[in-house]
Amino acid sequence: MDQFTLNLIVVGATFALYFGIAIWARAGSTAEFYAAGGGVHPVANGMATGADWMSAASFISMAGIIAFGGYDTSAYLMGWTGGYVLLAMLLAPYLRKFGKFTVPEFIGDRFYSGTARVIGVICLLIISITYVIGQMSGVGVAFSRFLEVSNATGLYIGAAVVFAYAVLGGMKGITYTQVAQYIVLIIAYTIPAIFISLNLTGNPIPALGLFSNEVNSGAPLLQTLDQIVTDLGFKSYTQQHDTTLNMFLFTMSLMIGTAGLPHVIVRFFTVPKVADARSSAGWALVFIALLYLTAPAVAAMARMNLISTIYPGGVKEAPIAMAEAPQWMDNWSKTGLLKFEDKNGDGLIQYVADKEANELTVNNDIMVLANPEIAQLPGWVIALVAAGGLAAALSTAAGLLMAISSAVSHDLIKGQLNPGISEKGELLAARISMGVAIAVATWLGLNPPGFAAQTVALAFGLAAATIFPALMMGIFTKRINSKGAIAGMLVGLVFTVVYIFLHKGWFFVASTASFSDTAPMLFGIKSTAIGAIGALLNFVTAYLVSNATEDTPAEVQELVESIRLPKGAGAATGH
Amino acid sequence: MADKSSSNAYWKANVRTIQIFLVIWFVCSFGFGILLRPMLAGIKIGGTDLGFWFAQQGSIIVFLVIIFAYAAKMNKLDREHGVEE
Repeated sequence: MDQFTLNLIVVGATFALYFGIAIWARAGSTAEFYAAGGGVHPVANGMATGADWMSAASFISMAGIIAFGGYDTSAYLMGWTGGYVLLAMLLAPYLRKFGKFTVPEFIGDRFYSGTARVIGVICLLIISITYVIGQMSGVGVAFSRFLEVSNATGLYIGAAVVFAYAVLGGMKGITYTQVAQYIVLIIAYTIPAIFISLNLTGNPIPALGLFSNEVNSGAPLLQTLDQIVTDLGFKSYTQQHDTTLNMFLFTMSLMIGTAGLPHVIVRFFTVPKVADARSSAGWALVFIALLYLTAPAVAAMARMNLISTIYPGGVKEAPIAMAEAPQWMDNWSKTGLLKFEDKNGDGLIQYVADKEANELTVNNDIMVLANPEIAQLPGWVIALVAAGGLAAALSTAAGLLMAISSAVSHDLIKGQLNPGISEKGELLAARISMGVAIAVATWLGLNPPGFAAQTVALAFGLAAATIFPALMMGIFTKRINSKGAIAGMLVGLVFTVVYIFLHKGWFFVASTASFSDTAPMLFGIKSTAIGAIGALLNFVTAYLVSNATEDTPAEVQELVESIRLPKGAGAATGH
Repeated sequence: MADKSSSNAYWKANVRTIQIFLVIWFVCSFGFGILLRPMLAGIKIGGTDLGFWFAQQGSIIVFLVIIFAYAAKMNKLDREHGVEE
């Protein structure tokens, strides 16, 4: 059986599983649509949160970025896990006690202002759409490879599938579908990693294999890797090359962004008890950590295998001949994401750091998907990885589209513009906003502002600068009033958006950029790291403005008192 | 609802707990993984140094321990102050 057929069978089977579970679970109750996680065991809820959280960025893109960036890219690993600590201690339990369904609803009530709620909606929309762009570029990569079409065609097909998937509705709300998606994606991520770790280090646990000795040389894997990449003129893998300031701010930006992501926060609104909100964050991180502890191993080993494919006799010998390039390179060059051109006409593939002499360009985002092919693993493993990548991208994209549509229909239209809207009208508005969001994301995904994980990192910066400070101040101080919160969110949002657009182009149209991330505007801070500064400005502005204006009303102070105590939480309500 | 002074004491205890865990959170990620890495450079592990391990794996394990420790501590505080559900 050829690889293409195998891919179709495995991906088709996993999709059939998700839809099957969805139909089976939907027959039970329609109330579950909103109350995802209610009455579900915290462990199952943790798995579902893991699937919701781990997107194309984590699955497809992150290890590829680490493979080429080494230690400097550790911010992705620390940032996308450390945020759960903040979520568990600073936000989740109190928002659960508050007991409503959306983030803008909390912002509107706590800051007693419809304007604050609308600004919350605007922030949410900007964050989520940026995030979906990252998902779409990941989906495009996965579909282009597994259907053997160009990247653009893959993107269109992916967009159609995501749209059908999200609009069919309720998929997000059905926790068990996401549990299945988590299981598919974690198996798909781990199995090739185990094979590769065994081959390279003899250690069946990839996370430990990373720090073991390499079988051929007998020296530690990371030491060998450092040696090989520096021999080719690349930056060493384990040393720091980025500035400490940028690394610090980037990690901070991803962490507080994690805690400020609306589609993650809402998962904790509906757990049965306040105590469960705390432990649910822990369980979610357990299942996320299974992938995140493996990812650095996947990254280093993929880099190693890529180089040994090109230099079969070692980096001191001549590289492989173009005519003898392995099948996977041919396959990926069809997608346009891997290119080789014989610049010096010797028929060999030179892969070196020097841009003039280098003849091989590899898009970071293909590394995880190509990894099993590079390591010459069996066909079913390759098919499984394709299925896992799609599960990761689809579950998160669907979750984000749900967040977008509920913000538009529930918070914006029903909450502010037209409170008398019929239920049918609300549903229609929800579907239209989903359609618009996905069209915009697909169009921008054709020329994304970065690799999937970098685009997603921009979304985190925006969440860090807007939603996280507003929520945290809303809970931990009574003094921040509506004027302070509104000013803070606006300053954080505008500062961060403008900084990102100056570097990535206005509305991500690359030709309109004034700066680049290789030579950023302020103190070497890249656009992916600026969210931390935006957050700081948000905090400071909110504090200063609140102190200069009136105190918060007594009933708001009582609200803050009450969300701080777990007692008397009751079930979450929609209205 | 519990009386005012007892809720205040509960909230103060919670904030103190959060502060302690945030210090650990910061030291094990931003500290050992980034700022203090040069200081840990002498401790070798698997072809690199301890700071690299903290940045890529160690911090994640610490995060897990923090969340479950906080959850356990708060369950105890909830009961002591009579504010549990």
